[in-house]
Amino acid sequence: MSESALFEAQTRFVADLEETPLGTTDQVDESTPPGGLWLEAWRTLRRRPLFIISSVIILLLLAVALFPGVFATQDPTHCELQNSLAGSTAGHPFGFDQQGCDIYSRVIHGARASVSVGVLTTTITVLIGGVIGALAGFYGGWLDSVLARVTDIFFSVPLLLGAIVCMQAFPDKTVVVVALVLAVFGWPQVARIMRGSVISVRSAEYVTAATALGASRTKVLLRHVLPNAIPPVIVIATVSLGAFIGAEATLSFLGIGLNPATTVSWGGDINQAQNSLRSDPAVLLYPAAALTLTVLSFIMLGDAVREALDPKSRKR
Amino acid sequence: MSEIISSTGSPSPTDREFIDPSAPLLEIRDLDVSFTSDRGTEVPAARGVNLTVYPGQTVAIVGESGSGKSTTAHAIIDLLPGTGKVTGGQILFQGRDITKMRRREMEALRGDAIGLVPQDPMSNLNPVWKIGHQVSEALRANGRAKNSADAKRQAAQLLGEAGLGDAERRLKQYPHEFSGGMRQRTLIAIGLAARPKLLIADEPTSALDVTVQRQILDHLETLTADLGTAVLLITHDLGLAAERAEHLVVMYRGRVVESGNAREILADPQHPYTRRLVASAPSLSARRAETAAGRAEVVERAEQIADAAALDGGTLSADVAPEAVAGAAPHDVLRIENLTKVFKIRGQGPRAAEFKAVDDVSFTVRRGTTTAVVGESGSGKSTLAQMVLRLQTPTAGRVLFDGVDVDGFGRKEQFAFRRRVQPIFQNPYGSLDPTYSIYRSIEEPLRLHRVGDKRSREATVREMLDRVSLPSSVMRRYPNELSGGQRQRIAIARALALRPDVVVCDEAVSALDVLVQKQILDLLSELQAELGLTYLFITHDLAVVRQIADRVCVMQNGKLVEEADTDAVFDHPQQDYTRTLLNAIPGAGLITSGDR
Repeated sequence: MSESALFEAQTRFVADLEETPLGTTDQVDESTPPGGLWLEAWRTLRRRPLFIISSVIILLLLAVALFPGVFATQDPTHCELQNSLAGSTAGHPFGFDQQGCDIYSRVIHGARASVSVGVLTTTITVLIGGVIGALAGFYGGWLDSVLARVTDIFFSVPLLLGAIVCMQAFPDKTVVVVALVLAVFGWPQVARIMRGSVISVRSAEYVTAATALGASRTKVLLRHVLPNAIPPVIVIATVSLGAFIGAEATLSFLGIGLNPATTVSWGGDINQAQNSLRSDPAVLLYPAAALTLTVLSFIMLGDAVREALDPKSRKR
Repeated sequence: MSEIISSTGSPSPTDREFIDPSAPLLEIRDLDVSFTSDRGTEVPAARGVNLTVYPGQTVAIVGESGSGKSTTAHAIIDLLPGTGKVTGGQILFQGRDITKMRRREMEALRGDAIGLVPQDPMSNLNPVWKIGHQVSEALRANGRAKNSADAKRQAAQLLGEAGLGDAERRLKQYPHEFSGGMRQRTLIAIGLAARPKLLIADEPTSALDVTVQRQILDHLETLTADLGTAVLLITHDLGLAAERAEHLVVMYRGRVVESGNAREILADPQHPYTRRLVASAPSLSARRAETAAGRAEVVERAEQIADAAALDGGTLSADVAPEAVAGAAPHDVLRIENLTKVFKIRGQGPRAAEFKAVDDVSFTVRRGTTTAVVGESGSGKSTLAQMVLRLQTPTAGRVLFDGVDVDGFGRKEQFAFRRRVQPIFQNPYGSLDPTYSIYRSIEEPLRLHRVGDKRSREATVREMLDRVSLPSSVMRRYPNELSGGQRQRIAIARALALRPDVVVCDEAVSALDVLVQKQILDLLSELQAELGLTYLFITHDLAVVRQIADRVCVMQNGKLVEEADTDAVFDHPQQDYTRTLLNAIPGAGLITSGDR
């Protein structure tokens, strides 16, 4: 019994060459414009609503922090008790707080303190954590063991608890002091992420290839390992920038953060507002909403950046 | 084998419903599948696919990556990844259209009537569950086991059928305790657990060593023949497909270009793509004489150029140790003497266990030739390459480069050595830094070794791109924009930018599709003749060895078991292990029958 007779649907079939033209094997696709990792991440990002919304809010926030005078003409420290808890009037859209200060103006001027602490703390944590994590991950061995234990010691202290204790030591509570204290307990997270990222990149074939080309250890670390290990650190830095702003507000709320007499801050205002929480909750609402929106924006931005930088989530 | 099958629980014709052998089991008609890109456009992955599988038959879909072969297979069990969906045509399984089924009906069909053996044995078993649990799960999900004791008993039997000895004990083990081959056998046991009528095997053995691959495919063949299961085999390997299947379906860019009887297609390919595929398949190349003549010519030219260069004093020995030149054999660029590498394995009791990755290996590499080091995973071939490249230090023995012991090098000599010996690695997706543009990647070695100024370096980059047949416009691109084969060309260009004497290719073509593989192998030969290169070619694939190597070293468990000229190894293998390797080449039987 011949097979072809039995399986009538399986006779020989050859496709029409016109319908299935033969292409050149492995031809370079030049239809798309050239672009690297970062350029492609940017192309992905700029189409994402999450990124657009969060970056608009953050840009606005930065503008407010840099030039508060443009957005609010009232002096936030000019308070008149006769206006205590007065509702919104012309020129004072959010009304007045218990001390009779203009809430709108205080919310606007409070942005600078929050943004400065957030940016400064993040910069310090990325520098300290990045260097320690990269050294530990790249060189390994005893250096890694020592650095990893040191990291763990700092990591074991909860951020806020450590900050509360340390802040007692500083009578002069400025933005720099708060940022430094937060950074001391914030860097281990960056160090851990950096170390893991460096370890995964270290064993890549292009790193071995660079070594075989004659590149020194330092050159390999700086030119190949670090640029490839950076993306997860950027994501964590963005998210924790929001977290540090929240932490600063918490410290100020507790009265051990920024000095309320010299610096206008959202945390300090929330603290003040709780006195009149029952009678006038709106006083609390405005600084709290500004804080929430800011922290949320940074978390959203971090999420969007994570998706754009993760090659697995992106199709070619 | 027959004992296992005839024991209780095994299928016998009586407990299976009657199937008309002349009615198609699976019939795909004009199937269109497309994916939606993140820009919202539809990208077709399979277009107008027709194929038919009869009960008990083995049909193979052959194609390179991106040909739509896996897409077609996944459409049959409705497991298309991501945004993939069937946009036209029919998939008839026993006369019922799968594309119109509800989810419930489809779930009933999966496993029970259509089994799947997935591609990657390493990621397809859940690492937190014991093997026994995972096999029982397949039985219970399809209502094949009455209770847990019954499931356990059947699971043990299934593992036994799949060729795993001591099944009772295996049930209590976790996937990480299994080798790749054992995992794949487990996946086969799971795929066949519910006695499906059709088994879809998606590249079931491509992640395994050739000898294991052959054992498992042999076993699968007997098992499915005994059970009367039809098999739809998805593979990139034409030799393997022709050897295992009666009917072949060749796919190219989402379309079926040719289908028919396997032997007929091999003997007389009609479509130009199939012809190209048959001509490129390394395992099927009956053109040994032709290849040999080509090699002889390449080697003659390469030797002339290399020897001339060596006499010019351009070699390392002249740079760093002029006195050594007199003693060096001019023809042997590399001499490996009693090379041994011992690794200490931690966590094995108080004393660290020792593992000899490379065990007393000696051979020489003649200038301008290609020496292949062949072995399966764990044979120590890659460790050997790393020691030659001075990326690992030997425990004992030495590597002589141009007659100079590599181990005695200081920093300066090592830097000079790096310029003469360059690697090309296996993974085309990992060997180029994703943050470097192509230009920067190829320029890096020149900049490191301070060769020329900016302008002359750019000229060299252009020349290298031209040599590897890529347009110079790719300079501005990044690795993720290129295909695997193109990246491998870039890696070659980078390795050759410094005009090395020796290039160590560690599985350099193993990850590429056959047509691209052939292109790269041809390119390597061409460059060898033009630049007088010497290759040390590390590979697991004997079929590739025949295309490129002049001399072959066969390694097993760290030891060199056979070393001879390529023809001698293929025609008169001296060792049993070499013979096993040769027989394991997919389609090996087909060549001998066609060749002699």
